[in-house]
Amino acid sequence: MASTARRDAPEPPDFGILKRLARDQLIYLLEQLPGRKDLFIEPDLMSPLDRIANVSVLKQHEVDKLYRVENRPAPSSSDQLCFLVRPRVRTMRYIADVVNADKMSGRSRKYKIIFSPQKFYACEMVLEEEGVFGDVTCDEWSFYLLPLDEDIISMELPEFFRDYFLEGDHRWINSVARALQLLNSLYGPFSRAYGIGRCAKMSYELWRDLEEESESDGQGRKPEIGNIFLMDRDMDYVTALCSQVVYEGLVDDTFRIKCGSVDFGPEVTSSDKSIKVLLNAQDKIFSQIRNEHFSSVFGFLSQKSRNLQAQYDRRQGMDIKQMKNFVSQELKGLKQEHRLLSLHIGACESIMKKKTKQDFQEMIKVEHALLEGFDIRESASFIEEHIDRQVSPIESLRLMCLLSITENGLIPKDYRSLKTQYLQSYGPEHLLTFHNLKHIGLLTEQTAGETLTAVESRVSKLVTDRAAGKITDAFNSLAKKSNFRAISKKLSLIPRVDGEYNLKMPRDMAYVFSGAYTPLSCKIIEQVLERRGWQGLEEVVRLLNGSEFAMADGGLEEGAGGDAQRVVLAVFLGGCTFSEIAALRFLGKERGCRFIFLTTAITSSARMMEAMAEAKA
Amino acid sequence: MSRARADEEEYWHSSKFRAFTFDDEDDELSQLKESKRAVNSLRDIVDDDDDDLEKVSWSGEPVGSISWSIKETASSSSSSSLEGRDTSLQKGSSSYAALPKQVSSYSLSNLFKGRNRLPSLPSLSDAFSDTGAKNYAPELRRPKAEYKDYSNDWSPRDTVRRMQRGKVCSLERFRSLQDKLVLLDEAVAGHDGNVITAVLIFLKRTLRREVLFRELEVRQVALCHLIHFLKETGEQKLLLDLLRFLDRTEEVALSQYREHLNIQDVEKKREFLKGCIGLPFSAEDISHIQDHYTLLERQIIIEANDRHLEMAGQSEIFRKYPRKASILNMPLVTTLFYSCFYHYTEAEGTFSSPTNLKKTFKIPDKQYVLTALAARAKLRAWEDVDALLTTKNWLGYTKKKAPIGFHRVVEILQRNNAPVQVLQEYVRLVDDVETRLNLATKYKCHDVVIDTYRDLKDRIQLMAYKCKVERGSAEEEKINSLLSNMVRSTCFF
Repeated sequence: MASTARRDAPEPPDFGILKRLARDQLIYLLEQLPGRKDLFIEPDLMSPLDRIANVSVLKQHEVDKLYRVENRPAPSSSDQLCFLVRPRVRTMRYIADVVNADKMSGRSRKYKIIFSPQKFYACEMVLEEEGVFGDVTCDEWSFYLLPLDEDIISMELPEFFRDYFLEGDHRWINSVARALQLLNSLYGPFSRAYGIGRCAKMSYELWRDLEEESESDGQGRKPEIGNIFLMDRDMDYVTALCSQVVYEGLVDDTFRIKCGSVDFGPEVTSSDKSIKVLLNAQDKIFSQIRNEHFSSVFGFLSQKSRNLQAQYDRRQGMDIKQMKNFVSQELKGLKQEHRLLSLHIGACESIMKKKTKQDFQEMIKVEHALLEGFDIRESASFIEEHIDRQVSPIESLRLMCLLSITENGLIPKDYRSLKTQYLQSYGPEHLLTFHNLKHIGLLTEQTAGETLTAVESRVSKLVTDRAAGKITDAFNSLAKKSNFRAISKKLSLIPRVDGEYNLKMPRDMAYVFSGAYTPLSCKIIEQVLERRGWQGLEEVVRLLNGSEFAMADGGLEEGAGGDAQRVVLAVFLGGCTFSEIAALRFLGKERGCRFIFLTTAITSSARMMEAMAEAKA
Repeated sequence: MSRARADEEEYWHSSKFRAFTFDDEDDELSQLKESKRAVNSLRDIVDDDDDDLEKVSWSGEPVGSISWSIKETASSSSSSSLEGRDTSLQKGSSSYAALPKQVSSYSLSNLFKGRNRLPSLPSLSDAFSDTGAKNYAPELRRPKAEYKDYSNDWSPRDTVRRMQRGKVCSLERFRSLQDKLVLLDEAVAGHDGNVITAVLIFLKRTLRREVLFRELEVRQVALCHLIHFLKETGEQKLLLDLLRFLDRTEEVALSQYREHLNIQDVEKKREFLKGCIGLPFSAEDISHIQDHYTLLERQIIIEANDRHLEMAGQSEIFRKYPRKASILNMPLVTTLFYSCFYHYTEAEGTFSSPTNLKKTFKIPDKQYVLTALAARAKLRAWEDVDALLTTKNWLGYTKKKAPIGFHRVVEILQRNNAPVQVLQEYVRLVDDVETRLNLATKYKCHDVVIDTYRDLKDRIQLMAYKCKVERGSAEEEKINSLLSNMVRSTCFF
């Protein structure tokens, strides 16, 4: 696989501009409401905002007090209120209540709503219905893209997953198209576009539509990103459902990385306080272990500590001058490294502790069995026991989904008994969760004689591609079969290994799952990029039942784009996991290309499962 | 052209289209274009120290009256019911409240001051007071180039396109059903859910619901949007009518059942659930709903009794182990645990007895044993544990049996700090030799280890194990005698 003429991957483009753009626009919008004002911020927007601006920049633009938008009356005494929100009906009602309460008490203030990333007509309708349309002014903060790291851009829209895949709502497709437009104008033009999935196709079409009518003032500019690959999350649920074992994925599964930073609690910091740590390429320690299989992280960290010790020890033989140099030049760096090292060692310990408590080893074994398709009965009873013991409800659900999706649904007897026990263990209201999971196709029941023939899949594709979408539910559920086993065989996702898989020196992307499974999503991307299209993958496409496409801009031929042709923007609609990011980073290194990730949000099995639960209104 | 522009200006400022117009204050497209221009001019001057910004955090700042980051975390951890229970079950990190106050030394204002070193670039704050520097901010006004001839009859396609770009569009003139449907189909073909919903809002207001429903039945994408919209705005009655019209009876039932999540008062919730039993659920789900109702009914009775008992202070168990939370709205297994904890010995006749729960809800044996074991072990009632795992056959012989496997039994007992004597009795019963050895070694059940090695005739391991037991202890003696015995027996070969 590693070619002899291995080229280094191009450096990623500088995405700092995106932050700067968002910041400047926000400032501009704040200036539109001159004078002192109180700012109400949607909780979901706080962390993203944190990454591009800070309190003092808000203060500079006459923001007085900051509040979070929540279901409580606003205590603000300012004469001007500004709301920085996501376009949600619930939030509109809250704002309307604030305005109407003021009206009742005869108080007059100015109100401004800033929608991010865009305003929805439904929101304005609510404002109109509540009788406050006209009392508030509305603006849009086109904050579509938050660079989380040098190669990760997030739209920070976790609700995309539920809205599109469960509810079938296309509301975010326009946001995706605009995000693509912005990236294309800054780092494009992209000369090749590939994609698979209905949402991918729609986003692509809407984006092209937007491009067509905008003047192409990007002509003649040297592109930095040459390829783009769009993929729907439902093309590959399996990968997202697997336990993560690369370091960054494990940290996410264990501590939840939020907007690129993580709160390490006292169990990690070995003190009485928590520390908020930014996890990205700037962290010298983290950047070296983030993509590694967990088993090789310990060795690395202990090697590092020994080196660090040695460097400290050099002080012993120093004279005054050398010492002065040491203190002024090296000490700060060493101290920083020391701090980071101890944090990550602490994190590792904490992960180990938690995982051993959860029978992690056994769980991984079951997952691998499911992926390979043997010992299904044993796996089912493992899951059952997991449920009976009231171990984490999320984990139980995740394992059931993995069983279902790898087996094309549970056999009815299993479905019934596992569901009953789940409801008994974690609460009857999860009946609604099960319904959602069935609807989205993550947890289904096999019905007799249900196999998708080639004809059927072609027909259903034809029908569902139609604008009016006149399809029946029966067709829909038929189209949602995962066909994982067949796809896995076709793409050889389960590597055949003679002897031990060397996790320290991996030879393929399967290392992100201990050498047991190559992530399907990444494999598809690899194959399509290699073939420069879908030729030869027809059977896989049929099994995936996705709307694949490949477009090439005629103008640019081989070599014309230079480095940009080796930069690929991988767009994940519905979220991507750190394991997938690690796998593609590995592929990039092998092939001398650079992957940039654009995702609607960073996701994980737990986030996906949580998105399926019904919450109180 | 200029005539048309004047018309358009008039249009924007007139209010007669208010009813069905949408605000047109900003125009994404032109913004993007302006941003692009701004960015191109910024490129050369944006330097790398942007990353310093990332160290800036809200947390250090005294933000109004609220402690900023605490709430931020609090909101995320209570956002989902699944997550909530997760943490309560494995009482994990409770440290959110202790976020440090890091007073940041970086601020954006510093950064801008820094920028002043570059003579060519005015600082951002300057830029805003200075009209000449307007390029640095994404422009919100529509550039002239965007103006198109205003006409009152855009085609459905153009109407949709304009709406996709966030522009004002009157939908009033789409009056015939035909026109409305063409508009809807165009919106769907345009892939923008926001516009699809906007058109649906218009259709919903201008069409009788039966007509709308009928047309949506053959337009699945639009239908999904309307259903989602009704869910979000809470128009439950209309939603149910729609689902009934579509013959989606199961969804009707689930959608109604869902409302129980918002009922706080338990009595009301119980009544509501009672009503749910008659809803058109699938045959399988109806029993779950029935169970949900019965469970809550039981919990209300148990809760009333136990609160009384606890208050009276007569019952020893409640005095010794005061209840941490009410049992209301807990899952069945948790309720069973509770009842095994507080009401283990009660006769089957009472609602709170474990056997009654087991019977009523047909709890499988495995589940029952697992839960009862955990409850009794927590109370360190080792005789109960013993009784629970003992079965008598028809001859009167007793035998230890565990439907969950003895390694689980050991694990549960160990977690509750069972003494070694108790623990080793069950470690001994673990079938798999390797697991047994592992557990026995881990929990220092020396006798079991020694006996297992004896049975395996593993001299070497036995010798190695000698250093793990206390010098001069009974265990050491046992090993010694075994070793000498083994020597003798092997001599014969």
